[in-house]
Formats: sequence, C-alpha cells, structure tokens
Amino acid sequence: MIIELGHFALILALFVGAIQICLPAYGADRGDPRLMHVAAPAAIVQFVLVAVSFLALMHAFVTSDFSVENVWANSHSAKPMIYKIAGVWGNHEGSMLLWVLILTLFGAAVAAYSQNLPLSFRARVLAVQASLSTAFLLFILLTSNPFLRLNPSPAEGQGLNPILQDPALAFHPPFLYTGYVGFSMAFSFAIAALWEGRIDAAWARWVRPWTLLAWIALTIGIAMGSWWAYYTLGWGGWWFWDPVENASFMPWLAGTALLHSAVVMEKREALKIWTILLAILTFSLSLMGTFLVRSGILTSVHAFAVDPKRGIVILAILAVFIGGALTLYAWRASSLKAGGLFQPISREGALVLNNVLLTTAAATVLIGTLYPLALEAVTGAKISVGAPYFDMTFVPLMLPLLIALPFGALLAWKRGDLRAAAQRLAAAFFAALLVGGFTMALVRRGPWLAPAAIALGAWVVIGACVEWGVRTKAFAAPFAETLRRASNLPRSAYGMLLAHAGVGIVAIGIAATSAWRSETVQVLVPGGTMSLAGYQLTFLGAAPARGPNYQETVGQFRVTRNGNIVTNLEPSKRIFDVPRQATTQAAILNAFSGDLYVVLGDAVENGRFVVRVYFHPLVRLIWIGALIMALGGALSMTDRRLRIGAASAARRRSTAPMAAAE
Amino acid sequence: MTRKQRRATLIGTSVAGLSLALILVLFALRSGVDYFYTPSRVVGQEVKPGVSFRLGGLVAKDSVKRGQGTTVAFDVTDTKSTIPVIFDGILPELFREGQGIIAVGKLDTDGRFRASTVLAKHDENYMPPEVAKALKEQGVWQGDVTRASAATAAKIVPAAK
Repeated sequence: MIIELGHFALILALFVGAIQICLPAYGADRGDPRLMHVAAPAAIVQFVLVAVSFLALMHAFVTSDFSVENVWANSHSAKPMIYKIAGVWGNHEGSMLLWVLILTLFGAAVAAYSQNLPLSFRARVLAVQASLSTAFLLFILLTSNPFLRLNPSPAEGQGLNPILQDPALAFHPPFLYTGYVGFSMAFSFAIAALWEGRIDAAWARWVRPWTLLAWIALTIGIAMGSWWAYYTLGWGGWWFWDPVENASFMPWLAGTALLHSAVVMEKREALKIWTILLAILTFSLSLMGTFLVRSGILTSVHAFAVDPKRGIVILAILAVFIGGALTLYAWRASSLKAGGLFQPISREGALVLNNVLLTTAAATVLIGTLYPLALEAVTGAKISVGAPYFDMTFVPLMLPLLIALPFGALLAWKRGDLRAAAQRLAAAFFAALLVGGFTMALVRRGPWLAPAAIALGAWVVIGACVEWGVRTKAFAAPFAETLRRASNLPRSAYGMLLAHAGVGIVAIGIAATSAWRSETVQVLVPGGTMSLAGYQLTFLGAAPARGPNYQETVGQFRVTRNGNIVTNLEPSKRIFDVPRQATTQAAILNAFSGDLYVVLGDAVENGRFVVRVYFHPLVRLIWIGALIMALGGALSMTDRRLRIGAASAARRRSTAPMAAAE
Repeated sequence: MTRKQRRATLIGTSVAGLSLALILVLFALRSGVDYFYTPSRVVGQEVKPGVSFRLGGLVAKDSVKRGQGTTVAFDVTDTKSTIPVIFDGILPELFREGQGIIAVGKLDTDGRFRASTVLAKHDENYMPPEVAKALKEQGVWQGDVTRASAATAAKIVPAAK
C-alpha cells in the first residue's frame, strides 16, 4: 500500500512539474502575476510529493518488502540497517529517485528563499528547474520505476553488492548528487537570464551561494569516493581516472571555474556572458556524467545499468537540455551587455587565467573520457585511456594554475601590480624553495620532479598565509592593529584563504604519495616477517571469523619499528553470504609520515599466505586538503554578504535596472 | 587598454592555452593509451613485444601454476587462441579458472604476456564487457547469467554455492 502511495505521489509530481513549467512561463511572458505566483507553491508541492515517494521506497527497504522488485534485487533481510537505508540509492532506480529528490529540493529552496527576486525572473527560474525535474521524473516512470511489484513475493532478497556495503560509500551518493544537481541552480538562473535578456551583478550574487553549496557537496562527495576506493579496492590507489570518476570531476572543474568567474561578475560586472556560458556548461557536464554513469555505456564498476533504452532516453534529455541551452545562448548572449574593463594583469585577469586553465583541464578530461567511446563507435578498436594520458595532459595544466594562484589573490581589481605582488611573495617563494630542498635532502631518492611539486604545494599554502599577512598588515603594523584587521576580514576572505591552502595541501599529498609510494609482496608462513619503509611486520597467523552477513579470514600482524611494538594490524578477506562475493579489507596504520597498508592475499599451501604491504607517504593530505577546501567553501557561505537571500538587499541598492540594452 | 585590445589579449591567451592543451592531448592519445586485444587478435596481428596493451579473455582450465614466491603463471584464452601470462603479485579476489579477466602488460620476446595488473570485478558472475563482447563475436558466449529476470524472481532461492 505504501509503495503504491509512493508510486502515485511520483506520478502526481510529474503533473505538478508540468504545471510548474507551463503556467509561470506563460505568465512571465504575458506579465500576469497570478500565473507567475503559481511557480513557488508548485515547486514546494513537487518537492513534498517526491519526498513522499522517496520515503515510501525507503520504508520498503527498511522493512525488507521483497514484493518490490527493486528491494528484492538490491537488499537482503540480514543486511545491517545502515545498508538497508543506503541500499535505497545503491541501485539505478533508487539513485535516480534521489537525483530528482535533490533537484526538487533545490527548486523548493529557491521558492522558499526568493521572495526578493523579481517575480518574472523567479517564475522563469522555477519553470526551467521544473522542466529538468519533469524530464527526469518521466525518465524514472518510463524506464526505471523503483515501485514495480513482484508476484508472488520472494521470501528473500538478492542482497547489495558487498563492496558497496561501506560507510563512506553509503553517504557518497547523496553528497555527489547534491553537488551534481546543485549546479542545476546555476543552469536555471542562466537560462532565465537569457530568456529575460537581463543580467547584472545581482545575478552573480544570487547564483554564487547555490553554486558554492553544490561545489562543497561535490568536493566532499569526490573525496569520499576516493577515500573509499583507497581502502576497499586493496591496493591503495586513490584516483583511477575511471570514466565514472571523471564524470564527477569534470563538473567539479567547471564548477570551480564558475565560482571564480561569478566573483568577477559580482564585484566588477565583467565576464557576464562567459559566466552564463560556464553555468550552462557546468550543469551540462553534470548531465553528461549522469548519462555516462546511468546509461551503462562505460566499462566500469559503477555501471550497473545495463538497459540500452535508458541510455537513449537520457541521451535525449541531454540533447534537449544542452542543445537547447546552447542554442538559446547563441541566440541571446549578444543582447547581454558586456561589463567593466580591466587590464590583463589584474585580479580579473588572474581569474580569467584560472578559468581558461580549469575549463581546458575539464576539456582534456572530457576528451580522455569520450575518446574510447568515439573510437570504438567509429573504428571498432577498443582502447583504454588511463593514467598516462591524464599525467600528460591534466597535470601540465595544473602546474601554471598552482604557480599563478598566490599572485592572483594579491593582484588588485582592474589594474594590478605584478611587481608588488612578487615582492610580497618573495618570502613565500624562498620558504617554498626551502621546503623543496629539505624534502630532497630528506628522501634522497625518487624523481627530482617530486620535491619540486612539493615546493609548489608549499608555495600555494604559504602564499595563502602571505596574503593573510598582507591583508592584516602582520609584522608591518602594531600587533593590536593586525588583530583588529584579522577580525575584520570578512569570512569569505578566510574561506578563500582556507580553500586555496587546501589546494596546496592536496598537491603536496599527491606529489609525495605518487613519487615515494613503496610496496612489497611476499609469501609468509606464520611467524614470518617482512619489512617496508622502516616497519617490520610479523605474521602471527590467520583465523576464520564471522561477521553479521559475511564469513572472514582475519590475518594477525604485529608491526614494530626499531624493535618497539607500534600496533597490531588485522587485514581480512571477506566472503559475503548474499550475494556470494569476496572483498578485501586492508588494515591501515595511520602514522604521521604516511599510511602502512597491509593486504591479506590468497592462502597458499601449508598455512602460508601471500601478503602485500604498501607504504603511502603523506597520502592523507589528499583528503585532508579536500576537506579543508570544502571547509573554506562552507566558511565563505556563512559570510553574511553571501548568505542565500542576501542578494536582495544589495539588489535594492543598485538603482540601475538590470538593463541589458545599452 | 581599449575594449578591443582587451578582447584581443583575452582571445590570444585562450587560443594559446587551448592549442597547447590540444598538442598535449594529441600527443597523449598517441602514447598514453592501451589497446584491448583478445588472444586471437594477439596471435593474428602479431603485437610487438614491449608494447603495452590489455589482454582480455578467460582463464584457461587447469592452467594456473604458482611459481617461486608470489609469481603466478596462467593461460588466457578466447577458446580459439591462448596466451601464457606471468604475473607477480596478489590476484583479485575472484580470479579463478574459467573467469573472465583483463590483464594489463606487455609481451616479452618469448611470446609470454608479462602482466603488471590483473583485473576481475568483485562479482562472481562478472565478465569484463570487452571480453563478453569479444566472446560473443566469436560465438562462444554462454549467455547472460548476471541477473535473472523479474518473472522468475519469485522462484529463486539465494544461491548457496
């Protein structure tokens, strides 16, 4: 009964969505406020209906109602509760429902927080947002309905893929989708602006908090996914350039560019047309990511959708929205008035460089992801584009970005002084050199590029500190003055400093772990020892154990360093009951200098085991840095000037109408 | 600086950046990608030793032999041709005879495939799509066993293997 209610609510949401498209759009064209006023309540009702439908599906998962096909195929009564809940989005149909839920949540949020937007603009934003949610609701109902019943009802479910039964992965999709779908706000605002033919700084002030929110969620989601891959896939890789990872990374790159260009637009009214295009492209990449992952077109662990019909429907949605948006852009962009002038050497110029590099990087990732598909379609040859390609294309684009980053933050708006910035950064430059030299002296092996890359990371981090120093006049003014200035710096400034420092920290982690990762594989008898990176491991033996829904073999290792016991590690191999699949549980010792990562391999004869040990130096900095970036974003969001809805006050101040025409 | 000059600078920088990226991409697509071959293609096309590629097929029955330490030797077959593979390391959990796998590596001068990585998905019915497609093309495909259809769902008891 509850399932049918959920199904019914979903169908109702589709019709509400259709109303939310037609009436406000017609009203906005005719200038009829009554019709335009339909948009906000419709958005809220649509969200409530989709939420009801989502909760109904969750109820079926929690109570293990196997008469629902989706629950039967993806759940099992013996599964821990957290994975019953996470199982809702651990499958194609449920995850699409989550996608739409978040989409309508954003629509409802605009409806709730946007009383101060011009009425016709709000009506158009919500109409565009509704057209997205309606298209995906149609997709769910026609090709991926999670509410189908089975008759007779099976007694037991097939279980969730064991590698998905993991806390980090349970919450990875909601974050990732909040990021993906959050960019729909920028898209809807961009389309509405093109539609109205008006855009000004207030637009950027409106779009920025939403984009920032999406960006934060996407950053956390990607970091979580990478962390999960690191400890579950059994060899400690943290990024694979897998097409599905790329699918989430491309919107992140474009979204990062969008955040920066929106700053230029907000502060200086420049780059309007480009920002609009970037808003369209960012969400287009999100849609493309959804298509790549959900159509099953990719050779990837994530592609659990194998129905080609779905692929064609998503492709159609993709074509309509991306094609339509770009056509509208081509048609209307010229009517938007270009904004303020600036010299190439200026804050604006630096942000343009940021945008060029980030979007080009996104383009290289896009080519690397789509090229194998195109080649196979055209010539039939099958290739895989892996790390070597991205090392050759993506990495060289990131280097100038990191070099330029501290400069950009120190340049003034409109006309900057590169020389003054360089003088201020001299200290950071020498400190970074020192870090590089120190690293080189410390490790004395590995590629010379790695200390240089670490110096580069340090340069970004120290550059952020220098910028703080410049803004607060640290060491240049009396201490009390510095303190006063420090407390007066807006939160968004701290957010930016933090996010930029996070970038540097990620770079250091990547450089260190890529260059000095070490590993060894040995066959050990109980009592045998092996050593790596200054640690000695003694294999004490392996014993079977029983988990809630799996059987495991647990290896016992004692870790010592210079004769002192550090810890005991217990890597294991698990065989799940349903479905009958094996997973590897690595045991990880987290030390300051890096992670000691132990994997129990196959049993060989006479109680011997293959054992693989890795040392990943400073690898945690990658995720710590990503979290710092997200934290910076969050801090920036709490800035009262940036708060959602704050744009209205600023908008009222700007007396000039949002005029497009000259 | 006038609007025109500013625009020229902007476009100039972007074009320079993009063309540099394009050169990188073209270069990387020549040398940074791996082709996928089945054993028959390897035999037929005579892939040169030392060229990195992906070998896909089934692990041949009774071919897995453990060597010294962690070295493993096995054969990968598409039922028409067979290539001997040598791998040093921990095999994936679901590596077993008859399982579809992908090995990444190079041929040595003796015609053996030196694998640096062996991939098999964490699902015992899984077959890498390239392998499945290649096997279908050769007519030795055994049919989809991954998911039973919903119609027969009710009758399925959880498989106890």
